[in-house]
Amino acid sequence: MIGIVGYGTQIPRYRITVEEIAKVWGADAPSYKKGLNLNEKSVPAPDEDSATLAVNAARNALIRANVNSKELGAIYVGSESHPYAVKPTGTIVSEALGCSPHVHTADLEFACKAGTEGMFIALHLVKSGVVNYALGIGADTSQGAPGDALEYSAAAGAAAYVMGRDNLVAELLDTHCYMTDTPDFWRREHAHYPEHGGRFTGEPAYMKHVSGAVKAILDKTGMKPEDFDYMVFHQPNGKFPVQMALKLGFKEPQFKHGLLTPTLGNTYSGSSPLGLAATLDIAQANQTILVISYGSGAGSDAFIFRTTNRLLEVQNLVPKIRTQLDEQKMYIEYGAYTKFRRKILKPE
Amino acid sequence: MRDVAIIGIGMTKFGELWEKSLRDIAVEAALKCMKDAGTKRIDSITIGCMSSGLFNGQEHLASMISDYLGNKHTPATRVESACASGGLAVRTAFMEVASGMSEYALAIGVEKMNDVSGDKATEALATAADGDYEAFHGINFPGLYALMAKAHMHKYGTTRDQLSQVAVKNHHNGSLNPHAQFPMEITKNTVTGSARVADPLYLFDCSPVTDGGAAVLLTTVEEARKLGKQPIVVISGIGVATDTIQLCQRKDILTLEAVKLAGERALKMAGKTIRDIDFAEVHDCFTIAEIMVMEALGIVEPGQGGPATESGLTALDGKFPINPSGGLKSKGHPVGATGVAQICEAVTQLRGEAGKRQINNAKTALTQNMGGSGGSCVIHILEVK
Repeated sequence: MIGIVGYGTQIPRYRITVEEIAKVWGADAPSYKKGLNLNEKSVPAPDEDSATLAVNAARNALIRANVNSKELGAIYVGSESHPYAVKPTGTIVSEALGCSPHVHTADLEFACKAGTEGMFIALHLVKSGVVNYALGIGADTSQGAPGDALEYSAAAGAAAYVMGRDNLVAELLDTHCYMTDTPDFWRREHAHYPEHGGRFTGEPAYMKHVSGAVKAILDKTGMKPEDFDYMVFHQPNGKFPVQMALKLGFKEPQFKHGLLTPTLGNTYSGSSPLGLAATLDIAQANQTILVISYGSGAGSDAFIFRTTNRLLEVQNLVPKIRTQLDEQKMYIEYGAYTKFRRKILKPE
Repeated sequence: MRDVAIIGIGMTKFGELWEKSLRDIAVEAALKCMKDAGTKRIDSITIGCMSSGLFNGQEHLASMISDYLGNKHTPATRVESACASGGLAVRTAFMEVASGMSEYALAIGVEKMNDVSGDKATEALATAADGDYEAFHGINFPGLYALMAKAHMHKYGTTRDQLSQVAVKNHHNGSLNPHAQFPMEITKNTVTGSARVADPLYLFDCSPVTDGGAAVLLTTVEEARKLGKQPIVVISGIGVATDTIQLCQRKDILTLEAVKLAGERALKMAGKTIRDIDFAEVHDCFTIAEIMVMEALGIVEPGQGGPATESGLTALDGKFPINPSGGLKSKGHPVGATGVAQICEAVTQLRGEAGKRQINNAKTALTQNMGGSGGSCVIHILEVK
């Protein structure tokens, strides 16, 4: 039996609203809000980056796991905003957690899917018996070019999962990966902001891969949408996951707890892992959760977890997602936002 | 001139055809058309396409599409007149058959617009405006039609509601058309609740960016009879006219002179008046365009397009149905394909094969395809023989 031993999250405190961004660009806020089902997004503080978010999420995960960081055999950090182009984030995280030097780390990148890739590898490394505990983290301070549609949604946040064999809070029942070479979103070397294929990111990209992964794992396990208590899809906006879920036969009570985008934005590699964490925050024992990530380029990882009694013991050990999301926020204006996101720079 | 019949029609689904290339779309429409016609004989091919160079980085379409259709040695021509390219392709094919140059002439209209971003698509479309005197200064088609709409409202009292009603009607018709890109019913609130594009036009006043293809096969009426076609749909009139492509050079920006002249020419050739027409497919690239085209064709007096639409004249069950297909607004507007698709719809109606959107007793149809802000217009009159 393998699965999640502990989970933790970190969401920056700062928020910017769709209205505030639209005001600057002369854009139509109501149509963005309606079109994206999005009201506001998180903004990392000037001293926050993917590494700090990953570390804080991991610390919370270790508390819930009740595992000493020295026991971690592997740490995988998935992000599309690793602080360095060359130099691992994993080493920073390992050092900060006190895991080094006897640990395997790797940085992963697969647009918004890198977080669940880390979780996938961590789970299977534990399953293989090579390590007892492995940490999978999705962390991002994602970038949207000024005035681009992505600027309204590109947010920051992280979720971390300690995977192991004993004392599980959720057992892994199955996984599946669905992947093709589909260039819907990319950032070239030296480019500051990513580019995207507009509406091509919808039907042939997100929809195709998410539904492909769902259908495959349902076929593989013989399960049906109604067999799940909860489900979480990658959430690039508030619209795609809802459209897709309803189309595939899921109902709102199954996805509403994990749908964070309307007030969080798209946390990229953190997106579906944070949705899973929000679901674990409210789940009872013996409930079944389907998780489907999506990363441009493009692919989806599917996981089915079943919660255990131990989940109820750890839920309140650290701040839950709704607390971080709803109670600890501070709104900023576009000016502060451009400074925080280094869109304007002070001369040296 | 020999009498010309349309013996085959074929269309792809209109929409975002991500899995299909420009050539796939053109070939699919042509193959469906040949299947419908029941013959593989093609003596000439005319392609209508506005801007495959800017949309797809591909020119030399006439040869490429002929080749992929399996007709690589057939004489083939590409014609271009912005959004009226499709209509012009059918006219060229008509002349092939009427003149005796071809017994069987295939016209294909095609455009694949979703290979580029929205900005690039707008840029490509803006090349149908006057590059030096319009586009260079920053105005594109939503802006030009917004100017016309504003002026129309000012001079005739056309209302925002009347503009919305054009979209509501066309979406209703489109909801009954399996080829339509946006086959959903909308309300006037949908229109005015959508994003403002260029005052007074909202997103739902504008036709969409679309991938799609349409094809028609023409031959002589005599050949059509030999093939046992029933009913035989003929092209009895064609009118083409040009106008200044600069809106500011027109005597009156509220009169679509090219539409007026092309209509007069087509009706004269067919020996008809506008009162003899049972329904029309018109170029509603923007809601105001449908209103102005109705006026230019003499369906209503100048200034009466809005009230007539509101009163239901142009509804599917009205006295003069317009755009039973859903028009460019709901069916979609793959620019080069539009003029051919209008003829496909007219033939479908005249054959009585339009299903839920069938117009009762439709015997005579008019199709009106327009380039830019009215710088060119191609009109066909179709009749059941």
